[in-house]
Amino acid sequence: MGDIRSYTMNFGPQHPAAHGVLRLVLEMEGEVIRRADPHVGLLHRATEKLAESKPFNQSIGYMDRLDYVSMMCNEHGYVLAIEKLLGITPPKRAQYIRVMFDEITRILNHLMWLGAHGLDVGAMTAFLYCFREREDLMDCYEAVSGARMHATYYRPGGVYRDLPDRMPQYEASPFRSEKDLKILNAARQGSLLDFLEDFCERFPGCVDEYETLLTENRIWKQRLVGIGVVSPERAQELGFTGPMLRGSGVEWDLRRKQPYEVYDELEFEIPVGTNGDSYDRYLVRVEEMRQSNRIIKQCIDWLRKNPGPVMVDDHKVAPPSREEMKDDMESLIHHFKLFTEGYCVPEGEAYAAVEAPKGEFGVYLISDGANKPYRLKVRAPGFAHLAAMDEMARGHMLADVVAIIGTQDIVFGEIDR
Amino acid sequence: MADAQHQLAERLKHAFPDRLLACVQALDEVTIEVAPDQLLDVMRELRDRDEFAFSQCTDVCGVDYAAYGQDEWITEQASSAGFSRGVQGNSFARRGLTGIYGVDEITTNTGRRFAAVYHLLSLRHNMRLRVKCFCEDDNFPVVPSVIGIWAGVNWFEREAFDLFGIVFDGHPDLRRILTDYGFVGHPFRKDFPLIGNVEVRYDEDKGRVVYQPVTIEPRVLVPRVIRHDNRYAERAGQEESNDG
Repeated sequence: MGDIRSYTMNFGPQHPAAHGVLRLVLEMEGEVIRRADPHVGLLHRATEKLAESKPFNQSIGYMDRLDYVSMMCNEHGYVLAIEKLLGITPPKRAQYIRVMFDEITRILNHLMWLGAHGLDVGAMTAFLYCFREREDLMDCYEAVSGARMHATYYRPGGVYRDLPDRMPQYEASPFRSEKDLKILNAARQGSLLDFLEDFCERFPGCVDEYETLLTENRIWKQRLVGIGVVSPERAQELGFTGPMLRGSGVEWDLRRKQPYEVYDELEFEIPVGTNGDSYDRYLVRVEEMRQSNRIIKQCIDWLRKNPGPVMVDDHKVAPPSREEMKDDMESLIHHFKLFTEGYCVPEGEAYAAVEAPKGEFGVYLISDGANKPYRLKVRAPGFAHLAAMDEMARGHMLADVVAIIGTQDIVFGEIDR
Repeated sequence: MADAQHQLAERLKHAFPDRLLACVQALDEVTIEVAPDQLLDVMRELRDRDEFAFSQCTDVCGVDYAAYGQDEWITEQASSAGFSRGVQGNSFARRGLTGIYGVDEITTNTGRRFAAVYHLLSLRHNMRLRVKCFCEDDNFPVVPSVIGIWAGVNWFEREAFDLFGIVFDGHPDLRRILTDYGFVGHPFRKDFPLIGNVEVRYDEDKGRVVYQPVTIEPRVLVPRVIRHDNRYAERAGQEESNDG
């Protein structure tokens, strides 16, 4: 054996396993990491500064683009902060719709994470399976907002519009046979809720499929068990939230501990890990998908039984309907003022946090009484997680860095903002 | 909810009788203000005392209060005089308060311009607390780093340094984090123009990427307006009576 020299290695910013534009400067001793220095900010768009320059509602779309795999949860945090300052509560139906879409988003996010994480570690099939189910949920996004990803569906005071009665269907094309078309459209004959109910029925089976591929897989376990171990005390000190904290055995979930919207009326379990390694975090996230499925089912039941408004009846905040505008002067004025100037939010500051799929997504909003935020601070869960990269990777092998990036569920849209 | 907040505020006032510059309860949240030289002691007690046990610092946020309460349209006189046609060309939203397109430089030194805002979370008591710390010198804002108390604030403090130029004294690795390598200025300060100062393009003659002054025209689509809405007047009155 010759001498092992220590050297510095550059990883990224263009690397398939970097989950975006992460540049890691690794100080190595042979194949062992001595220090990891993540360089972030390559995707910095100054979302917070941009938000200071436009009326409140115009920034909702920017929130989608923060963590671009859990879009509606980001909107939710922002919208909650505005609602807190305005002192308004959305109607119950809107709250249920929000919760339902938050959980759809959680499944979307975890599927993306599971697929990408599997791919990094060498499991190709799981990736294809996950994207199959993601497609259905994206269609729900599209049905409700018109956009597959960047929905801009939540508004202060409720959601933009009620759930559609008809699920969009695939259209005939030269590349699709009649038979295929029938299979594709089989679940799409009814409303969005019918489609989602069908999804909820088969989704647990899909999760079983992923688990057959991975959970007891020897290679999967060899790559994850004992990698990136974080003790519960340390996880708290490092500001971990979400599955990263629960994987270390701390039972902390904002949906249960500081319930927002209607989470206190719903039944679900909070999975907790024991060892705090990457494998436990995998198990936690997989179980979370099953629990989200359960929540969605409860929301569907409630939404079927309880029709009603999905937006507050306050035209200082929410626009009046088109019909009202046709023959009501006041509605016309409200509409004009809302879309030219926006609404003024009373002076004050508020912090609103939601349990996003990656952890606590917090929005700190300072208003000086204007129609634009004075300062908007987005507290992204991934930011705190990636900051701990150095500590988690130290002493591990180079290949484990990829597993740790995967287990942290990194998305650069929210870290760089 | 409000009850728990009230109790927390009472306990805080009791625990730090002469060290709280302010203690405000609003919107189900408690905010305290601490002077920079007492920040470390107060924070350490907030973490270690059983009655508080703030084991997590969720967020550190820099704030620049330089343009607080400034608007581009004066709404108060509008009913008699009418609105002006548009936004002044050199308003801060376009150019930044100073910057290279400079209007007036901010020379005030009130000690109320920059603040570091900490959001603490106690998992044991399920409570949140906001701690504000104003920097004494506007031209060289410094606050002590709390990295020795919560290791997780590392990058949050680096971010506030990068974007606002707030120096966290005692931070072991206070480098820029979000902006480009070799970036000049602190972009989230109110005197930094929204469009930035430089832009990047590939120069074919030189065969490399070059930096040059920005060429885009800044514009404001919706002017910034402050309206004193009487629906919220009552609430503002209540908050004042809560003020410590």
